[in-house]
Amino acid sequence: MMATASQPHLIELQGVTKVYGQGAAEMKALRGIDLTIAPGEFVAVMGPSGSGKSTCMNIIGCLDTPTSGSYLFQGVDVGSLTRNQRALLRRNYLGFVFQGFNLLNRTSALENVELPLIYRGLPAEERHQQAREALCQVGLEGWEHHTPGELSGGQQQRVAIARAIVTRPAVLLADEPTGNLDTARGHEVMELLSGFNRELGITIVMVTHEAEIAAYAARNLRFVDGLLAKESSNGEKR
Amino acid sequence: MLWNALLLALRSIRRNVLRSFLTTLGIVIGVASVIIMVNLGAGATLQVKQQIESLGSNLLFLRPGQRFGHGSRTPAPPFKLADVEAITREISGVAEAAPLATQAMVAVYGNENWNTSVTGSDNRYFRVGNWEFAEGRDFSDSELRTGRSVCVIGETVRQKLFGAQSPIGSSIRLQKISCEVIGLLQSKGQSAGGSDQDETIVMPLRTFWRRIAGNQDVQRVSISARDGVSTTLVQRDIENLMREIRRMGPGKEDDFSVMDMQEIARTLTGTTQILTALLGAVAAVSLLVGGIGIMNIMLVSVTERTREIGIRLAIGAQERDVLTQFLVEAVVLSSFGGLFGILLALTTSWFIAGLLNIPFVVEATMVMFAFLFSMMIGVAFGYFPARKAARLDPIDALRHE
Repeated sequence: MMATASQPHLIELQGVTKVYGQGAAEMKALRGIDLTIAPGEFVAVMGPSGSGKSTCMNIIGCLDTPTSGSYLFQGVDVGSLTRNQRALLRRNYLGFVFQGFNLLNRTSALENVELPLIYRGLPAEERHQQAREALCQVGLEGWEHHTPGELSGGQQQRVAIARAIVTRPAVLLADEPTGNLDTARGHEVMELLSGFNRELGITIVMVTHEAEIAAYAARNLRFVDGLLAKESSNGEKR
Repeated sequence: MLWNALLLALRSIRRNVLRSFLTTLGIVIGVASVIIMVNLGAGATLQVKQQIESLGSNLLFLRPGQRFGHGSRTPAPPFKLADVEAITREISGVAEAAPLATQAMVAVYGNENWNTSVTGSDNRYFRVGNWEFAEGRDFSDSELRTGRSVCVIGETVRQKLFGAQSPIGSSIRLQKISCEVIGLLQSKGQSAGGSDQDETIVMPLRTFWRRIAGNQDVQRVSISARDGVSTTLVQRDIENLMREIRRMGPGKEDDFSVMDMQEIARTLTGTTQILTALLGAVAAVSLLVGGIGIMNIMLVSVTERTREIGIRLAIGAQERDVLTQFLVEAVVLSSFGGLFGILLALTTSWFIAGLLNIPFVVEATMVMFAFLFSMMIGVAFGYFPARKAARLDPIDALRHE
């Protein structure tokens, strides 16, 4: 799937910079990023550590705001939103999958998946049903009442994916989703993610180190020293 | 919104039962100690009131010398029997007045002897003092008139001298005289002042004068006011009458004192109430310490759960969602603490009341107050940690190990 000019931009970054610290300690993490992502895209972000890819992900994920430049999410300037408005944006449009799974300890898989629905204020019955469905979609039927400690790494990441997609987000942000998994589990997780991208049309922006994993995405971005270096397309491979 | 916060708070408490229990322990102990102190204090006050009522709340005492509380009692002449008759005759508010003369003495029966005191009076003594007879009878007219060596004894004296057997008809020795026991008084237990009211031997006044005192003095007068008559009024009348009888000029201070039983009751219940308030205040400090304990553990918990808070914020929790969750958690914990504290307090104060032999009283308002206060402590001491949690930066929080 390729982005074409006629499609509306879901994500649009214009001259985005991010500077940490002040004076001598000043560190430019992003030095002017221009990027557009259309609905339904699957984008892999690569680059060495310190290249600014995590900073960029945080900005796209509305966890952080640019120092200068603008970030438009569905045409809305995120930089002008308050902390709480950004929280609402995350709640209603974004899903997160992390390298370290980031599930709540001593909390059942079902309750973990329910969490974003609780913040959305869904009634209990609907919440349970949707959470069960999501767990089913990641192949964890029957594991609802297991806590993260009782699940393998691959299973934990699948619970995390269920938690991210249970709200049917517009964008799923995955930060090295396979980083803590072995190759086989990693590919299972990637199959799941690309499945949700294809079948539910969920836009995915994923950070990864591995070219093999990045190959699942239709579009690859490479960060070098706070700038976007090169864009390549894997469209034909899929 | 609040319902969701409650759900999240309960889940979080359930996830860490031990920590939650330890957090609430301070509140449990604080609430329990406040309620126990207040309940026991209320029980003690009630007991004092009941004892005073058993004496008769319409009682007045007339003694020579100035009232207690102002240093040593100045020596003053005793009363005469005529004074007692005058009080009964002249003051319409007086129902009855009993003359009393008392001396400390050893009572002997068989091999047993008991250090006690002997009171000379007449049957008015029993009526004014609300005494009932367990066995035997009061004095007959001829016994009173001729001053026979007969006596009525209290329960304590019976126990010490006679053990299990009935004292009626036996004779006890008081100094050189032998005295036949004709009556046994029903037990009244400890007086409000802490002295044993059953520690008593009563004999006709005339007998006491002739065989023991060797004079015709009346040391004290117990007076009961008529029902519905103000004891304060009667007290004033007695004071005026006594000044007249003793021919005291206007400038002279009373050389006698009239004490109102209600006054004594007020003093005594006042004392127990002050003590209760004091102990309650000390216990309230422990409640405060319990609150600080909650804050402490909530702060630790915020640090420990930084990552969890990061996850919640990333997933779409607003500042106020996290704030409410932590606040509700603190309030739920402190309310649980309050509830357990109340249960602990009720069982403990019931047990202690039984042990101390005082009535078990539940101060419902205090129980309510303690519960509400523990919830307030949850809000007050939970707010700071909750705000700290809500203001975390989601990126930093997610990175927190």
